[in-house]
Amino acid sequence: MRGTPEVITAPGVGGVGDSPPRPDGTLKVTGEFAYASDLWIDGMLWGATLRSPHPRARIVSIDTTEALAQPGVHAVLTHEDVPGRRHYGLDHTWDQPVLAIGEVRHQGEPIALVAADHPETARRALARIAIEWEVLEPLTDARRAAFDPSYPQVQERPNPARHQPVRVGDVEAARRLAEVVVSGTFEVGIQDQAFLGPESGLAVPAEDGGVDLYVATQWMHNDLKQIGPCLGLTEEKIRMTLSGVGGAFGGREDLSMQIHAAMLAMRTGRPVKMVYDRRESFFGHVHRHPAEMRYEYGALSTGEILYADVEILLDGGAYTSATLNVVGNAASLGVGPYEIPNVSIDAYGVYTNNPPCGAMRGFGAVQACFAYESMMDKLAAACGIDPVEIRQINAASQGTRLATGQVLWAPLPMAEMLEQARTLPLPAPLDATDIRNLPGGASQTTHGEGVRRGVGYGVGLKNICFSEGYDDYSTARVSLEVIGGEATALVHTAAAEVGQGLVTVEAQIARTELGIERVVIHPADNQVGDAGSSSASRQTYMTGGAVKAACEAVRERLFERLDHDDLALAGGKIVSASAGVIASIEEVLGDDVIEETREYHHEPTTGMDKESGQGDSHTQLALCVHRAVVDVDVELGLVKVVELAAVQDVGRIINRLSLEGQIHGGSAQGLGLAVMEEIVVRDGVVRNPSFTDYLIPTIQDMPPMRLEILENADPRAPYGLRGAGEPPTLSSTPAIVAAIRDATGLALTRVPVRPEHITGR
Amino acid sequence: MDFLRPTTWEEALAAKADQPEAVPIQGGTDVMVEINFDVRRPVALLDLNQVRELHDVELVDGVQRVGAGVPYVRVIEELGGALPGLAQASRTVGSPQIRNRASVGGNLGAASPAGDSHPPLLAGDAVIEVESRDRGVRLIPAADFYLGVKRSALEPDELIRAFRMKPAEGPQYFSKVGTRNAMVIAVCSFAVALHPSERRVGTGIGSAAPTPRRALEAEAFMAAELDWDARLDPAVLKRFGELCAQAASPIDDVRGTADYRRHALAVMARRTLTWAWNDYRKARAA
Repeated sequence: MRGTPEVITAPGVGGVGDSPPRPDGTLKVTGEFAYASDLWIDGMLWGATLRSPHPRARIVSIDTTEALAQPGVHAVLTHEDVPGRRHYGLDHTWDQPVLAIGEVRHQGEPIALVAADHPETARRALARIAIEWEVLEPLTDARRAAFDPSYPQVQERPNPARHQPVRVGDVEAARRLAEVVVSGTFEVGIQDQAFLGPESGLAVPAEDGGVDLYVATQWMHNDLKQIGPCLGLTEEKIRMTLSGVGGAFGGREDLSMQIHAAMLAMRTGRPVKMVYDRRESFFGHVHRHPAEMRYEYGALSTGEILYADVEILLDGGAYTSATLNVVGNAASLGVGPYEIPNVSIDAYGVYTNNPPCGAMRGFGAVQACFAYESMMDKLAAACGIDPVEIRQINAASQGTRLATGQVLWAPLPMAEMLEQARTLPLPAPLDATDIRNLPGGASQTTHGEGVRRGVGYGVGLKNICFSEGYDDYSTARVSLEVIGGEATALVHTAAAEVGQGLVTVEAQIARTELGIERVVIHPADNQVGDAGSSSASRQTYMTGGAVKAACEAVRERLFERLDHDDLALAGGKIVSASAGVIASIEEVLGDDVIEETREYHHEPTTGMDKESGQGDSHTQLALCVHRAVVDVDVELGLVKVVELAAVQDVGRIINRLSLEGQIHGGSAQGLGLAVMEEIVVRDGVVRNPSFTDYLIPTIQDMPPMRLEILENADPRAPYGLRGAGEPPTLSSTPAIVAAIRDATGLALTRVPVRPEHITGR
Repeated sequence: MDFLRPTTWEEALAAKADQPEAVPIQGGTDVMVEINFDVRRPVALLDLNQVRELHDVELVDGVQRVGAGVPYVRVIEELGGALPGLAQASRTVGSPQIRNRASVGGNLGAASPAGDSHPPLLAGDAVIEVESRDRGVRLIPAADFYLGVKRSALEPDELIRAFRMKPAEGPQYFSKVGTRNAMVIAVCSFAVALHPSERRVGTGIGSAAPTPRRALEAEAFMAAELDWDARLDPAVLKRFGELCAQAASPIDDVRGTADYRRHALAVMARRTLTWAWNDYRKARAA
């Protein structure tokens, strides 16, 4: 067997605050890292999935005889072969069929599975599955889905999937007092996570009738909650191991090939590998919800906002996935980090036959942020006030009551952060002598003609960890023993390293808490308790918190062996404050193994009131400020982002290198949404399911960044840290679009901004 | 699937004559992608990588003859002086890895309207040298080579040997619009080449019609109206842009709208001609 994860024996060096390089870094750069797509076991079969070409159709009949008769084909399965429950889904909304039952509700919906000796044989067998279709007109109008009761239902659950209002004060009364009123309708296209490692995994049938699953996923225990019942297996019969994950960004929170591969393995009694190709990957996971957002703000001429009247419409596609929580985020963070006394927000998530949408980095807050930041610029212009100043006038700070009534009890120096962003030195003026500096780059669309520079700002507020009453705890098991004469800690969690650098952070925490050098990381699997999802910027907080707690417990057990009450661990020694060094850890531990498992829970949150949206629904909120500088070729509508500067408060830097990577990456993903990334859909059909036409930023598109990282501790969080991966994804998009507006004078109400939006044709 | 591996040009021609349905493959940057995506299932692949002649770059009677297998990286490094428009276009092809493998010959074989090398070949009056075992060499002017979307004048038993192009006697420019600053397929592209001895302006349009094509009316207009001894008349420049845009017959697709393509072509035509004209005037003044 190849490609299965091994114990990481050298996960960097140093403790909390150091910046050790990542153990997977060199391997990834040199192409040696084992991703889930590299999994291999002798005798394995290859699985393939037949997907719907239609966004909405009835399946009159399926005939698999011919496919099954192909030499080398070992199984062809449909929904009739699902051993257990035939639907799965996140949370409690099990509305997604494992395989389509009588109808399809989106293009790419899985219908049948094939296992064959060779992937090409499997692929060709798919073409021999005969389906008689009754093609129906797709339901793709999100607005009608939300508001027109006569619009047909997409699935059993009625529209809207969720409507979440937020009500504060009296918008009608405030409207009469407003001296300046601005309004706008904003749109966000469908963004894809575009992770580079496609969905893949290996299912190996086990002697006990269960299955061993090796998959690239974000949250093994939540996968298991769905996989088990669908396979008709208890969770103990499913051994799940995380394999090499090539990026996630929310796109692996829903199941992809897990149940399918396991079904094929259980049917054939052979290991089955499944790997999606790039095209299939675009249909194999949910995307970011597209949004249409109507905003109206009223203010005094001094710039002080009196009210916000907001409607946010999110299209979730055919199945629920994470739509309910995405709507919750869009509602609670609908006006962002601003003090607005009178607020009316209505956020809706609907079912349509458009591509299914769910979790993606920023999770409902990204869409709203583009709208509310665009509104801040609009208001600034209407009041004749500088865009930074208008944000400072209305900025939230520690003690501010958000629209949900939740009080920001941790430090939030937003006005100061904006000032910092503004006063950072600006990049040098355009050097047009090298065309690579210009919009279009080496494609040589300009030598400087038509190029104008613009500057814009964006601020985003993101909830960290799960919200609305969810107890998304994490579990860590830490053992300490002497190996080869050296005290060694083994850290075991189910938390998914998806490329963010979590294993390095886990080791740093163990070193700091146990005062030792050698830490090894066990592969993530389900032989330890739930770690929650690698999403919501939460793993350093939650699994970091769990590792810290488990280490503390191990430390206590060690100290119990000595008759002192003022002990600490440092440099491999047990040190008493009064008596100095007492012994080495190795001496005290001897041949024993101390093992402790701890769960870490964040401060509980409440739900949002169904009518008013009020509630302490978030456990932590994190802020990022961006300043973007762009050069725009106004005649051709091409954009070169010259510089992105970010000011982010992370509470405490655990690993600066990884942190900077998160801010760079989040900013790049926001840049993609601003100027190029969109899944283009017509009548429910995706028109660009490839990296040829779904463009993501290259190194020629992503500019150098200036980072200012603040450390205002959150006293509730481990080490005072704040989750950091998502906030920059929110704020970079509106900052870049604001800069393009500054350069062009155009309104630009939709992202991604396309060349024809700038040229007007 | 048969995998044919000739080691000489004669063997390659024989293989193609014997098995005309064999798909030639060199860098594989296009053919392999199509196979991978199951767009085509060739009965046979004809691997030309061992045919050394296809990697030759030579100057024959004052004409540059470039083997069909010469990768873009060599066009950029070795032919920037002789064929500047093509070298600029080569610089925009894919990524460095792709430019190490892909070739002008491959671009011609695929005959995609979006191929980056076509516009400079058209503007520079390139001639495509093709050959078959039974009928020998044919020299096809680039303007006659492209017949339709991914269709060319190449016969089933023929292989592309080389393209021939005179070294630039005047400035040449290539410009390509894409919605990303690198690694992007053209939304539309444009090439211009000045031919001072003939008092002629050559043009090439990419990704804005079923085939790459010249802007013939624009060329005729310039032949009639351009004063080669004066500054560029803004009215002439404007008209040139309009005529280049009119020469296209673009469509709306996922990469861009027809309207935008026409607009962008006019802008690129004006800008590239201005750069070329300024270079030309500067060279004459010097």
